[in-house]
Amino acid sequence: MIEIDGLSKFYDNKAAVDAVSMTVETGTITVIVGTSGSGKTTLLRMINRLETADAGEVRIHGEATDSLAPHLLRRRIGYAIQGHGLFPHYTIARNIGAVPALLGWPEDQIRARVDELLSLFSMEPAQFRDRYPAELSGGQQQRVGVARALASRPDLLLMDEPFGALDPIIRARAQDDLRRIQRALGSTILLVTHDMEEAIRLGDRIAVMDGGRLVQHGSPTGIIRNPATGFVAEMVGGVERPLRLLSLLPVADIVEPGTAPGEAIAPTTNLRDALALCLWSGRDALPVQTDDGRAARVTLKAIRAQAQGPG
Amino acid sequence: MRTYLRPALAVLLLALVVWPERFSWLFAPFAPQGGPVIYSRTSLLSLSLNHLALVLIATLAATLVAVGMAILVTRPFGAAFRPLSRTVTNIGQTFPPVAVLALAVPALGFGEGPTLVALFLYGLLPIFENAIAGLSTVSPTVLDAARGIGLTRLQRLIRIELPLALPVILNGIRLSAIIALGTATIGSTVAAKTLGEVIIAGLLTNNTAFVLQGGLIVGLFAVLLYDLMVQLEQRISARLGL
Ligand SMILES: Nc1ncnc2c1ncn2[C@@H]1O[C@H](COP(=O)(O)OP(=O)(O)O)[C@@H](O)[C@H]1O
Ligand SMILES: [Mg+2]
Repeated sequence: MIEIDGLSKFYDNKAAVDAVSMTVETGTITVIVGTSGSGKTTLLRMINRLETADAGEVRIHGEATDSLAPHLLRRRIGYAIQGHGLFPHYTIARNIGAVPALLGWPEDQIRARVDELLSLFSMEPAQFRDRYPAELSGGQQQRVGVARALASRPDLLLMDEPFGALDPIIRARAQDDLRRIQRALGSTILLVTHDMEEAIRLGDRIAVMDGGRLVQHGSPTGIIRNPATGFVAEMVGGVERPLRLLSLLPVADIVEPGTAPGEAIAPTTNLRDALALCLWSGRDALPVQTDDGRAARVTLKAIRAQAQGPG
Repeated sequence: MRTYLRPALAVLLLALVVWPERFSWLFAPFAPQGGPVIYSRTSLLSLSLNHLALVLIATLAATLVAVGMAILVTRPFGAAFRPLSRTVTNIGQTFPPVAVLALAVPALGFGEGPTLVALFLYGLLPIFENAIAGLSTVSPTVLDAARGIGLTRLQRLIRIELPLALPVILNGIRLSAIIALGTATIGSTVAAKTLGEVIIAGLLTNNTAFVLQGGLIVGLFAVLLYDLMVQLEQRISARLGL
């Protein structure tokens, strides 16, 4: 568990980060979202002490981060940034193994970890290990950047707009990869973005920042359904709100007995995709796959009910 | 340089230095009537070795000092010294080498001493400027990542900044070494044992053969040294994955 307790940072007597407190549960992704200049980067960099906090403290598993020398603290916290920051004169393997090497892991253990991470990111180790960053595509460089941040199994992974420089298709794939790998490794991640779509896609919890202050912290559905301020409502997007809400809910939540024409969809399909299928094929209901072979379906009416806002 | 040209020039240089008499036929037309054709007061080999040693020592010393200063003034605490150190190295460059030699003689006496001082002062500026350029153009994102993963100040300097700046620094060292190679010839005016001795002897006795001989050898050394260092730079850049 990571506890952020009253963190503040002032530049020229103006608060860039204003008394932010929140708790990040182990094994979850928390996404900090806000417009440019809202203090996200400053908040993140105070956690690994790249910036010194003017007030407040951070505790990792109950231990205050200022009880350690900054460089030792940073070896325990993964850090991935926009534009990856890979060392151009290090091979991929040496880049990924940088922190384990600093921590004094034995050679063979580092090599095994590098190969494990490359495989996890769908990059053939034999093919990529000895290459240099300049020989990789932007998407591959970004994956190596994230792999480097994960290499020593850190208590916490900080990511500052890690996918900001990628084009939309590569970005969506990178987000899916991150989600999958985070689930597989059980990592605790704090990710910063200005893109609410990305926050909804990735976050177990979303923290919305505005003018240096934390204005709302909660589950994605909670934030979409009940935005705390006008600013949050604007961030979650007026007209797109119902669709964003649907994208977070699986068909399994509203499946009912009954038949429907066409090919059955998986119960894990999200309601936004189910809605799209209904509209595209002109159907009012879709059959849903079941374990026991009984007929089940999801209806357009039920989907609509889920998308309806309060009032 | 072409594959054949390099070894051919190297062999020519070696022959000129080790068996100068073999080239009498070449230089004879330029020697005065009945005068000596080949310089023989000191062996050309020992002059060459001494010349190269002066260049090597002066360039090494200039490298150490200039890179050291560049590291200092690119640190946050040393930034204030940047204009001052620039001025100092610039003065080293504006003084004509002959003036440096003349001023150093009273302090250091005749011989190698004043020459080394002049070569050293002359070598500082290109290395210093290049080292500053190299160190301050390392990508801020890379440096931020280096700090973010827990490298200490010294580790960042040694593992990240210096290797990434190395090609540019080597470029400066090459410039310095070539300048030193040429400047060292003037050292013979204050009795340093360099290849300049041959040229000056030629000028004093109106013997164009000596002047050509000395000039040719120094020129070949410069061309080959330049080429060697370019190759070294390329090899290092490739090793660094740049
Ligand atoms: N080093 C700095 N000096 C002065 N002001 C800064 C500095 N870093 C950030 N700021 C200011 O702090 C505020 C928050 O910046 P930042 O944390 O980078 O926001 P975000 O990452 O959300 O875009 C901005 O107004 C920015 O101008
Ligand atoms: Mg930012």
